[in-house]
Amino acid sequence: MSSAGRTLVKPIEQGVGPLSAMLAVFSRDVRVAFRQRQDLLNPLLFFVMVVTLFPLGVSPEVSFLQQSGAGILWVAALLAVLLSLDHLFRHDFDDGTLEQLVLQPQPLFLLILAKTLAHWILTGLPLVLLAPVLGVMVHLDGNSIVILCLTLLIGTPVLSLIGSIGAALTLGLRSAGVLLSLLIIPLYIPVLIFGTGTVAAAGEGASVGGYLALMGAFLVLALTLAPFAAAAALRISMSNS
Amino acid sequence: MWQWFHKLGSPKWFFGIATRLMPWLLIGGLLLLAAGLVWGLAFAPKDYLQGNSYRIIFIHVPSAFLAQSIYISMAVAALVTLVWRMKLADVFVKAIAPVGLVFTFLALFTGAVWGKPTWGTWWVWDARLTSMLILLFLYGGVIALDRAINDEKSAARAVAVLVLVGVVNIPIIKYSVDWWNTLHQPATFKLTEKPTMPMEMWLPLLLSVLGLYLLFGWLTCLRMKTEILVREQRTRWVKELVLAGGK
Repeated sequence: MSSAGRTLVKPIEQGVGPLSAMLAVFSRDVRVAFRQRQDLLNPLLFFVMVVTLFPLGVSPEVSFLQQSGAGILWVAALLAVLLSLDHLFRHDFDDGTLEQLVLQPQPLFLLILAKTLAHWILTGLPLVLLAPVLGVMVHLDGNSIVILCLTLLIGTPVLSLIGSIGAALTLGLRSAGVLLSLLIIPLYIPVLIFGTGTVAAAGEGASVGGYLALMGAFLVLALTLAPFAAAAALRISMSNS
Repeated sequence: MWQWFHKLGSPKWFFGIATRLMPWLLIGGLLLLAAGLVWGLAFAPKDYLQGNSYRIIFIHVPSAFLAQSIYISMAVAALVTLVWRMKLADVFVKAIAPVGLVFTFLALFTGAVWGKPTWGTWWVWDARLTSMLILLFLYGGVIALDRAINDEKSAARAVAVLVLVGVVNIPIIKYSVDWWNTLHQPATFKLTEKPTMPMEMWLPLLLSVLGLYLLFGWLTCLRMKTEILVREQRTRWVKELVLAGGK
């Protein structure tokens, strides 16, 4: 695998357990992504730029930024994830890798779960790591930044998981990007509401345990249901093309 | 035992039933709706607080009812599409999604018109309003996805997946926005509980809700018949039907 091009897949043989198949898919996705570093950077740059637009476009005043900073960061992170979703299956779809994945003896939803996790590690997690810097730039206080990162840490995997359904549904369609946003944004709204709600509650000194528990519940729900829906959607899209 | 089920899946059988059912649905719906609206708009007593402006309830509540029940019925049909691959179920989803969009829009629009005199504003970011707006987006997504996929079968199944994902999300959206911000009054109209409004207001409201449901049934039959004709245009029964002048 060392000198292999990006289209090469490590064959997942019959008899290989689902877990090692997932691991193979995961490590392959990570490796492929690191050979296309620009694709990794793009959502991050987008995230920073969108956040920059708010002080410039609305108001650079500290009071405004302090109040809406968490919301701005959340919206920007949501849009950055949305933007990156198109890549989740697109390249593999174009070069036929996805067809091979669908044909594997291991359950498709597990392989998709592995792909989605890789997607989160490559886009969601960097956003979370970058958030404190931007949090300081929008004058959030220390406690709020910690809570914000915590909500992003729980929330961004939910965004990736729900997004995988949309990406699978719109695979191979004309104007898939816009369509993907239309389908997915309504489903993202609860995550956004609770993500920013948690930070707001923390700012008022209220307890955030309940909020975080609810976000955790979203994560568990998305983790258990989304891969099934994405697998079903992927099979439909594959039979379509 | 399963015969009715298979019959239900046959477009030809449905076409016949729908043709016979439609006049009744149309007449019943128009009568009930006219009775409910005339009674509600002209004869029901004024509200002691809101005066005459409350009368928009006779359009607002039926539309909101339909907007939600259409999504739920779409979800049931979507499940049937995915599990049993029944042709009629995806004809149903395709036929009623735009109707649901229109009723959701009507509910939002009449709500805005009602909100202006009572709340003093066209729009507030309130839980009910926001979740209806999201419902509007969901309908829009369903229609957009359906239009984007050329192949009929894949379109039906992809839409079914999306509708089912949406239905999982609807209670979540509802509760999240409920806790988030609330101004809208709680549900005014429940069949299971004793009405909180006087009979003279409640009965016309019931009539207009039932009337609009019947009209929706008529519209559904009409749209499904059209869709069936388009899909089955190469079959013999459609050709015979057309040659016989649609009788």
